[in-house]
Amino acid sequence: MTQVADSTIHLSNYSLLEESAANGHAWLRELRRAAMERFKEVGFPNSKTNEEWRHTNVAPIAKIPFKLGQQRADSTTRAIQSNFTFGEHHTAAELVFVNGQFVQELSQLEKLPRGVTIQNLDQALSQDGEGIKAKLGRYADVEKNPFVALNTGFIRDGAYIQIARSVTVDQPIHLLFISQPGHEPTVSHPRVLFIAEDNVEATIVESYVGAEGSQYFTNAVTEIVCGNDCRIDHAKLQQESLDAYHIATMQVDLGAKTTFVSHAATIGAKLSRNDLNCTMAGEHAYATLNGVVLIGGTQHCDNHTLLDHAVPNCPSHELYKHVLAGRATGVFRGKILVRKDAQKTDSKQNSKTLLLSDDANMNSQPALEIYADDVKCTHGSTIGPLDEEMIFYFRSRGISYQAARHLLTYAFAADVTRRIKVEPVRRRLEDYMARQHGLPQDLRITDLGAHDEAVL
Amino acid sequence: MGWQPVLRKTEMSLLEIKNLHAKVAGAGGREILKGVDLVINPGEVHAIMGKNGSGKSTLAQVLAGRETYEVTGGSVLYKGKNLLELSAEERAREGIFLAFQYPVEIPGVRTDYFLKAAVNAVRKHRGQPEIDSMAFINMVKEKMALLKMDKSFMARAINEGFSGGEKKRNEIFQMAVMDPTLALMDETDSGLDIDALKTVSHGANSLRSPERGILVVTHYQRMLNYITPDYVHVMIDGRIVKTGDKNLALELEEKGYDWLENDDRDAA
Repeated sequence: MTQVADSTIHLSNYSLLEESAANGHAWLRELRRAAMERFKEVGFPNSKTNEEWRHTNVAPIAKIPFKLGQQRADSTTRAIQSNFTFGEHHTAAELVFVNGQFVQELSQLEKLPRGVTIQNLDQALSQDGEGIKAKLGRYADVEKNPFVALNTGFIRDGAYIQIARSVTVDQPIHLLFISQPGHEPTVSHPRVLFIAEDNVEATIVESYVGAEGSQYFTNAVTEIVCGNDCRIDHAKLQQESLDAYHIATMQVDLGAKTTFVSHAATIGAKLSRNDLNCTMAGEHAYATLNGVVLIGGTQHCDNHTLLDHAVPNCPSHELYKHVLAGRATGVFRGKILVRKDAQKTDSKQNSKTLLLSDDANMNSQPALEIYADDVKCTHGSTIGPLDEEMIFYFRSRGISYQAARHLLTYAFAADVTRRIKVEPVRRRLEDYMARQHGLPQDLRITDLGAHDEAVL
Repeated sequence: MGWQPVLRKTEMSLLEIKNLHAKVAGAGGREILKGVDLVINPGEVHAIMGKNGSGKSTLAQVLAGRETYEVTGGSVLYKGKNLLELSAEERAREGIFLAFQYPVEIPGVRTDYFLKAAVNAVRKHRGQPEIDSMAFINMVKEKMALLKMDKSFMARAINEGFSGGEKKRNEIFQMAVMDPTLALMDETDSGLDIDALKTVSHGANSLRSPERGILVVTHYQRMLNYITPDYVHVMIDGRIVKTGDKNLALELEEKGYDWLENDDRDAA
């Protein structure tokens, strides 16, 4: 395969890391080595030859000599952290990473419920490498995605979360990844491994943020492995610097009767790409993948999702909403795979895009691959500007053209954001939208959105 | 011709339309209004009747400031000022209200939020402070009772999933809340069953006042049984060809529009 550009910098980063690596499990070294071999072989994906990457050109990433970032915790770090922290009363645990490495002094791990293990990956590996060995790298596939290979080659730090059978964690577990490069562009490869045994209830939130105006590259991989009868809520907030590159893969594996809900919100980064692959491996597993993308300027965001129905009787739902302003470009490719045995699959997918300018561009592509005969799969995709009829309706009641556009844009996105259960994430998105759209800061979805309860 | 209306002379008409021409906006747009003359004084209820395609709904839309139509000639004075140079939202703030024939569904925006924003837009225009929450709720409750609406309406997204009757009721409810100076009702009767028609008409009648003008656009006479007009105009092919009192509506109900079309053709 032709390489887009040289990956020399990442190979030399790798050599430096291997020389210094303290956690020397042989299996881990082998895992990294093999992954790096794979990356060396395929290089960065080429948008001309690789169908999966057709609408996202990663050449700019390949061209920049990103160096591995250093751990730090200065006043800038603290300012960013204090802006994004949920606060100790609103989290079960909050792990803060700077440039991919865990920072103990900014993190909160004091009030973990029994049966819950949360550590930074580096420490977890040094204490109990063998337990992790069975799962780490077993779900996210280095063969399928060069960036997963690259991340796996650099497994060093990240988060390890393990929740024992029948444990309920009431408050969200928050992973805050801060990028703060120095004078040179930096790269981090955060790795998250989340393991829930049977009958676990938990909420996990990943926030990816960075120093505004700084150039860096986040290449994240998250593996989520759930047993049977779990109720897992996941939220991801991507609000990286507008000069940053963000590439992430989340690989989810669901046991029988497990309910998994994911909300992915994209606001930041110059270029971002999310691969979210969810396998329903046990019967009556139920996956909901929702996403909201609010970008403008020359931002580009690509969301690839895969709902993999491997067994019978699983429902799945998906709703992605893009709001594109300026010259922003969006890509959505939602694949529903129904394997031969997955009878009685019930899958609904919907992608809706609002184009706020004539120069914004969206590519939305549903893909159904169905090998079972008794299934219900539906998909819909709409792309368009704000409805002029709706705008006129507002104006005919005295509301200005601009205010009408703002309200309608807000309402469009709120259809997804109001479903987010994690309050700090929902509030952040609401505030962001209200600011963007000149609405009152105290405006809440509950004021605007349709709800069952009357105010009168 | 029999009965002739006596046009009352007041100091200033509420609405004065002279030789209004309008076409569908854009190159090659069809001309729809071909010289409309109409004067509405405060306190009067006017009905414009006509067949589909006669231009009666277009007239209501043009008055509300819809930009899908382009005014190509004539003038419209509203309270003595040139209406045509005001944007749709400015017209609304100046007291013009259009009850839509086909109200659009707006998912995700609650009716109460929307209505409060509308009321406050008008108040701001008048230099008044934002309405107090309790005052708003009390006012809205009263108008809802008038239109026999369930309070759950307010928490629902605007018109979303509403039946045709509910949408029309919502229009007249909004009209009552907005308290306009000139109310334009565009085929409010279409799609209403007899009970809904009575309720909606009762709501509209309650808005009759010496200061307010009401223009009812309709195809059928039946709503005029409940909202008795002072004047009935017949519009054919973009012009008002006949004006009378409420009896003209009854005559139209009996004889249809064809006899007037023939008259019109003969006259031309």
